[in-house]
Amino acid sequence: MIVASKLKKKYGDFTAVDGISFTVKQGEIFGFLGPNGAGKTSTINMMIGLSRPTEGEIIIDGIDVRRQTKKAQAIMGIVPDVSNLYNEMTGFENLCFCASLYGLPKKEREHKARQLLERFQLTGIEERPFKAYSKGMRRKLTIAAAIIHSPRVLFLDEPTAGIDIVSARQVRELVLGLKELGTTIFVTTHNIEEAERICDRLAFIANGKIVADGSVKELMDQVSHRQAMQVVTDANVGGLIGGLQARFEGSIIEQIDDRSMLLKSRNQIPLLPLVEYLSRHGISVYEAKYVRPSLEDVFISLTGSEKPLISRNKGKGGQKP
Amino acid sequence: MRSLIASWNILKKDVKTYYLKPPNISWGIIFPLSWTLMQALHSAKGNMSGLLPGLIAMSVLFGTTSMLAVTITFERSGRSFDRLLLAPISLGMMVGAKIAGAVIFGIFNAVVPVILVFHYIGLERVKWAMLFLGVLLVAITSALIGLLIAVSAQQVFEAQTLSNFFRFPMLFLCGLFLPLNSLPLFLRPVSYLLPLTYGTDIIKGAITRNNLMAPALSYGVLLAFATGLFFLCHYNIKRKWIL
Ligand SMILES: Nc1ncnc2c1ncn2[C@@H]1O[C@H](COP(=O)(O)OP(=O)(O)OP(=O)(O)O)[C@@H](O)[C@H]1O
Ligand SMILES: [Mg+2]
Repeated sequence: MIVASKLKKKYGDFTAVDGISFTVKQGEIFGFLGPNGAGKTSTINMMIGLSRPTEGEIIIDGIDVRRQTKKAQAIMGIVPDVSNLYNEMTGFENLCFCASLYGLPKKEREHKARQLLERFQLTGIEERPFKAYSKGMRRKLTIAAAIIHSPRVLFLDEPTAGIDIVSARQVRELVLGLKELGTTIFVTTHNIEEAERICDRLAFIANGKIVADGSVKELMDQVSHRQAMQVVTDANVGGLIGGLQARFEGSIIEQIDDRSMLLKSRNQIPLLPLVEYLSRHGISVYEAKYVRPSLEDVFISLTGSEKPLISRNKGKGGQKP
Repeated sequence: MRSLIASWNILKKDVKTYYLKPPNISWGIIFPLSWTLMQALHSAKGNMSGLLPGLIAMSVLFGTTSMLAVTITFERSGRSFDRLLLAPISLGMMVGAKIAGAVIFGIFNAVVPVILVFHYIGLERVKWAMLFLGVLLVAITSALIGLLIAVSAQQVFEAQTLSNFFRFPMLFLCGLFLPLNSLPLFLRPVSYLLPLTYGTDIIKGAITRNNLMAPALSYGVLLAFATGLFFLCHYNIKRKWIL
């Protein structure tokens, strides 16, 4: 459905996107994951025809975006990184206007707008001007505006950035719903958990280059041999990190907070010696649990960057939407 | 069909959300009125008729250039303009729809001075078709100048500054206040490079019959200006807004 080859974008001397290639299959959700400034928006802008690639080409549904931009845009839905509807217009007017840009006749526009307002739980506020919407409502209305013409391909640039958990979940459900309807979806995010939850396939981008791509499972296989265990104790373990590291050779130990730590290793981590070691130092273990490796570990192992993409405050247990 | 629906709705949206707003409407009424009042205070009735063509041209020029420059810069800074760039209609159609809104607003700005024309000159002496064409062409060229300004400006205040930078010299060089043949010799070629000079001349011809150039020539020159400006805008938008 989408074939990007050797895409490159330079701003002056700076290369924001550095010769990336990828394909997105019909009907799948493809995630484009990377930290701030990695080149996600630059890539999306080239795909939707808002910016010209310095090099490379993009074919969407057989249409060369560079040559037949308008034809390609007719089958695209676009959710930009900022919610950019018209502040002075109401939610309903905004939806109808966006539909008109794609040539929908009046009756159909109004019918679809009402349908979408309902589906996005925005009824009751459709007569308020867009500027009076909360961030979450804005995001939802922006997404509604992007799909009102039933696009075959949907581009979402950080659809859940800056909105609360409930709205984010609604957005994810909507995206999954669109996939059910057969829409091909390209979504950028810097939220790994989100990508894990909704994407069929992913590409990691860092400094304008794709460092890995594949299905979530394929990517996870790269780290599945890694082990991690979270240990909660009754006293501060800070002074023991060095000792533990020496005792359990080849492991990396991170202190999470005063009374808990994370042990990572390529090998199985035996529990008993660990408990014994700690108790010899007068510390009891309250809880120890294996943590399944996450996509974040994949990203870190690929880029060598220890900087997490998002801050986490919970364990890395797998949650489902 | 798709392009027509899209263009028509872009035009409708602009008229509704920008041009029909009270401050803009009152601007279109108060500005010409106050100018007339100012002139009326120190000129005889005979002089008034000489001033009205200029007043019409000026009202249209001011209304149109600033509106388009400001609204487009405004939409660009809020990024909603991206929606228009991403819509599956040609850039030319989209630009045309944007301009049409400003042109309508410009023509509306001519209404008050034209009513004054009734009062001072009377219906039967005016060549209405010529007056309308003159106003229309001034509105179109002014709107395109506004668009050209919008392409160059990053912020709303910049757009306003730039529009004044263009407008004021134009007013003094187009033969509105000072007859063209009383301008210093070195400035006269500049006058003939300004679309407003030809627009004013048509409107003068329609109202007081003392135009300097043949109307056909002025129409032609204005159409050429409009076409040239349109392509210049089109080229600049492609170059500067699609990065
Ligand atoms: N118009 C521009 N001119 C110059 N540099 C730019 C421009 N747009 C983006 N960049 C640079 O290109 C790089 C990639 O930016 P981009 O917006 O694509 O990143 P991103 O992955 O979308 O980041 P974020 O997660 O913050 O949205 C950044 O270093 C940015 O500063
Ligand atoms: Mg971005």
